[in-house]
Amino acid sequence: MNPADLRYTRSHEWVRIDGDTGTIGITDHAQKELGEIVYLELPEVGHVYNAEDEFGTVESVKAVSELFVPVSGEVVAVNKQAVAEPGIVNDDPFGDGWLIKVKLSSDAEAGSLLSAEQYAAYLKEEEKHA
Amino acid sequence: MAAPLSTPAAPKRTPLYDLHRELGAKLIDFGGWEMPVQYTGILEEHKAVRERVGVFDVSHMGEFEVTGGGATGYLQRLTPNDVGKLGDGHAHYSAFLTEKGTFVDDLLVYRRAANDYMLVVNAGNTPKDFAWASSRAEGDVGVANKTDDTALLAVQGPRAGALVDRVAAERVTDLPYYAFKTTRVLGEPALVSRTGYTGEDGFEIYLASASAVKVMRGLLEQGREFGILPCGLGARDTLRLEAKMCLYGNDIDETVTPWEADLGWVVKMQKGDFLGRDALARQKEAGVPRRLAGFEMVDRGIARHGYPAKTAHGPGVVTSGTHSPTLGKPIGLALLPTAASAVGTEFEVDIRGRGAAARVVPTPFYKRPK
Repeated sequence: MNPADLRYTRSHEWVRIDGDTGTIGITDHAQKELGEIVYLELPEVGHVYNAEDEFGTVESVKAVSELFVPVSGEVVAVNKQAVAEPGIVNDDPFGDGWLIKVKLSSDAEAGSLLSAEQYAAYLKEEEKHA
Repeated sequence: MAAPLSTPAAPKRTPLYDLHRELGAKLIDFGGWEMPVQYTGILEEHKAVRERVGVFDVSHMGEFEVTGGGATGYLQRLTPNDVGKLGDGHAHYSAFLTEKGTFVDDLLVYRRAANDYMLVVNAGNTPKDFAWASSRAEGDVGVANKTDDTALLAVQGPRAGALVDRVAAERVTDLPYYAFKTTRVLGEPALVSRTGYTGEDGFEIYLASASAVKVMRGLLEQGREFGILPCGLGARDTLRLEAKMCLYGNDIDETVTPWEADLGWVVKMQKGDFLGRDALARQKEAGVPRRLAGFEMVDRGIARHGYPAKTAHGPGVVTSGTHSPTLGKPIGLALLPTAASAVGTEFEVDIRGRGAAARVVPTPFYKRPK
């Protein structure tokens, strides 16, 4: 159920690389762990991040978590609809619940991210230790 | 995204643990107990309690029996509320206070008969409270920890009365608030009180641990037509906060007095001496420096437990904060300098390095329609 065309982080973000644009969101596992999301704090367009920088926070009724960018780049779009109705991230984390789009500053980094298969294996491993 | 919650080793489990798993609960550690934080979702469970009925397993709460010829006098000295005013079948909210007048714990006192009481304390404080209470028992006073033998189910919401009336051997909706009776529920011996921690009408059902699974299943089954949901600690927290009920460890602890916590009504200064009384008299005389106030956010974001507050009269601290499902906005409680605690006063909360405006508002945030 983790789409095969995405790349994943161990901190439960995903990125979809399309040309020089990366669309970033959180995984279905992440939204399930958080529960109902009530707030998103996302950056303004124009912010530049290095991979693994914190770019915002996602907040559910019970917890707040930081968001980390999987890839370096400049923010070119922010999902305003998700900010207005954060429940979208619960309903469709890999689709309408995307968070930001970045213009990639390097195309090499995506290689160090997890494939869907690797991410699924990682989740299984994490569960064992929980 | 960093993991929001962790599970430490070897927590205690209630008799309903397997049923929680079966019902699909997400379990977390709470006060050393592995408890359901949610089943279907906090918002949905919250709504079920506000509009229909929900049932919570709160068997992690601690129960002590206090008996013997000296029991009433002992509780009068150990707690600030007036035990002498309690009749058989009645309960009240009270506390254990330190000599400084601060909270060892908040608790309920049930008078079952003359010199026969049950105290209900917070799960995480049970060992501390038992040591506190038993070390202060003298003469003809027995204090027994019944926590492991006792299960507790809270049935809460506007349809709670209809449901509990159906499953109890006797009518319970004739009980006034904070009264109780000893009866049977689904055939099992039970103490049923009209109490709760949600701001709704509701009942708490004390049972032998061995009866818990049968009664929980029966409540879910019989409650189906009322739209019952099993509810976790997540919804319990949002419900209690909307009703401005304090959570020990968040809003009150061994640094906070009842005056500061806006719980002065619990303290009966006229009843005679009790532990903490002198310090409370002194604080009242000198002036209460800070007060627990309800607030709403003016700016975006949720101010959570421990976030610093900045007021025109000095620093304060957020003690509880959440997204209010009923109001659809962030609310919270903060200990603020008394001069900055009046309704309408604005202050600033440091939300992870960002200053966000908040405003003191009247409480409770939610009051159930009569």
